[in-house]
Amino acid sequence: MGNVLIYGEHAGGNIPKATAVAVGAAQQIAAASGGDTILALLGNDLGGVKDAAAQLGATKVVCVESADLEHETADIRTLTMKAVAEATGSDTVVFAATTAGKDIAPRLAAAAEAAIASDVTAVNDDGTFVRPMYAGNVFATVKLESDFKVVSVRTTAFEPVEGAAASASEDLSLSIEKPGNAVEFVKLDATVSDRPVLTEAERVVAGGRGLKSGENFTTVLEPLVDALGAAMGASRAAVDAGYVPNDLQVGQTGKVIAPTLYIGVGISGAIQHLAGMKDSKVIVAINKDADAPIFSVADFGLVADLFEAVPELTEKVKALA
Amino acid sequence: MKILVTAKRVPDPETKIKVNADGTGIEEAGIKWVVNPFDEIAIEQALRIKEAQGEAEVVIVSVGSSDSQEQLRTGLAMGADRAILVSADNPDPTVVSRILEKIVEKESADLVILGKQAIDDDSNEVGQMLAQRLGWPQATFISELEIADGGGSATCVREIDGGLETLSFPLPAVITADLRLNEPRYASLPGIMKARKKPMEEIDAASLGIELGRSVTIVSVEPPPERAAGRVVKNVDELIAALQGEAKVL
Ligand SMILES: Cc1cc2nc3c(=O)[nH]c(=O)nc-3n(C[C@H](O)[C@H](O)[C@H](O)COP(=O)(O)OP(=O)(O)OC[C@H]3O[C@@H](n4cnc5c(N)ncnc54)[C@H](O)[C@@H]3O)c2cc1C
Ligand SMILES: Nc1ncnc2c1ncn2[C@@H]1O[C@H](COP(=O)(O)O)[C@@H](O)[C@H]1O
Repeated sequence: MGNVLIYGEHAGGNIPKATAVAVGAAQQIAAASGGDTILALLGNDLGGVKDAAAQLGATKVVCVESADLEHETADIRTLTMKAVAEATGSDTVVFAATTAGKDIAPRLAAAAEAAIASDVTAVNDDGTFVRPMYAGNVFATVKLESDFKVVSVRTTAFEPVEGAAASASEDLSLSIEKPGNAVEFVKLDATVSDRPVLTEAERVVAGGRGLKSGENFTTVLEPLVDALGAAMGASRAAVDAGYVPNDLQVGQTGKVIAPTLYIGVGISGAIQHLAGMKDSKVIVAINKDADAPIFSVADFGLVADLFEAVPELTEKVKALA
Repeated sequence: MKILVTAKRVPDPETKIKVNADGTGIEEAGIKWVVNPFDEIAIEQALRIKEAQGEAEVVIVSVGSSDSQEQLRTGLAMGADRAILVSADNPDPTVVSRILEKIVEKESADLVILGKQAIDDDSNEVGQMLAQRLGWPQATFISELEIADGGGSATCVREIDGGLETLSFPLPAVITADLRLNEPRYASLPGIMKARKKPMEEIDAASLGIELGRSVTIVSVEPPPERAAGRVVKNVDELIAALQGEAKVL
């Protein structure tokens, strides 16, 4: 049986946890097929990322460097991943279901005429996959009817490989012609924050429309976020209203998180929001409406005005430290 | 300029979806069917391009059963010029992308706008697959779009995990709409009246000469695991005590 290839993300010399988790998922797939796990690193001048990649538990790391791979554009990366899969004898390619993974994986599936399962939450021994549909109201077991397969995996559903030996690294030289109509990267307006990464944080405090303004996110919610050493999240309504940037949106069509502690503040708990945080270990809801649906998933619900409860909670959390 | 937009028939996002008794699909009784919300945003964007350019044709396509005529009429009532219903039985995203490739070629479209994700299958696949099949540039999850060079190129802002990314590319291209691209208009009464007379072509997918078998088989479906019931705490002190004692997370 073939090998399992993993798409390695990296930014600013670092590899995100999402990729480490994708290696963990790939190992489960490879265990059934008997193949190796191979981590593909694409970029222009990979430098120290190669060493970081070697620590993630893949059998081998394969590096492809080219000026055309400076940015994460889907067209050229699809062609490159297809060539890497062929060169490494891989018949399954695993992506993390991040925005980068979701951008490239389906394009690769079409390029290779491969069947694809997106946002996979479990790998079964019989080779089938489990994936959510309908905002997590339905979990489907799916069978991919092709020899070559592409999957993207939900990063909250798998674990990184623990304590693996360093993997061998190999440079692969490929001549991929950049298409004449290729997408050009113009710029990235990166969100800078000193807080933990939302999708990796142990604790998340998320705010909703109940906060009523961006200023209240800063003055009311952020002190609690920082007292807890948490990441900040938000509902779609809060992002749409411009209170906080788009990359804080948690939900069916935003980020999926599963921290140890999630505190939802002024969030009603629409199904689309629940789809992104329902797997958190402990869920706390603070909402003045006792009938808000978020209370149906909350381990601890506090029916209160957030403008009173949150400052009090912040002070008392600080006092614990 | 010819713009092709897609409209999938999906359950209203407010509907409570339940797995059916034999675990083969969802309970369909009582569902209200709508245009996939992301596709409404795609249609709105196409109409805005047309309004800005003066001269453009907006063609709306749906793949599915004849029930999807209802969603195509909604798109026509919003302002699309004509509609194409491709009848196909239970297509998966791969099949839909094959069908759309044929329709795009037949129509010689300059731009295809899809939703980023259908809220029933939550696949987030069709746009990317279509772009690859056509050999066109793609910009997914976009929140801003600017057409330049009199329709020769475009610049898009994409909502990605780490912030906002700007890309530029020549047309023809495929783009997929995210939530904040625009606020879709409602169909006006005159719009609804006019829509009745707009052309709706029907094409049988079997006539397109492509593989229509699904590449992904759904073996079974299950409801999500239930969360154990929680409780209401009286005040902040009780909350802190619960998080420290019972939950051990503080
Ligand atoms: C296609 C589609 C995709 C979507 N994707 C997502 C997604 O990914 N993520 C997401 O979050 N949503 C998503 N949504 C939107 C979702 O349906 C809800 O509209 C949204 O989650 C509501 O946000 P909210 O809870 O902040 O606002 P609301 O529903 O308006 O709730 C505000 C809450 O604040 C409470 N409140 C107000 N004032 C106070 C106060 N002083 N003290 C305490 N409580 C107070 C109110 O009681 C209320 O419960 C999507 C919708 C669609 C159609
Ligand atoms: N049956 C269909 N008919 C028309 N458009 C579709 C269909 N299925 C998917 N699409 C389009 O592809 C987008 C992404 O769908 P998906 O990949 O299934 O999540 C949707 O927002 C639609 O615009």
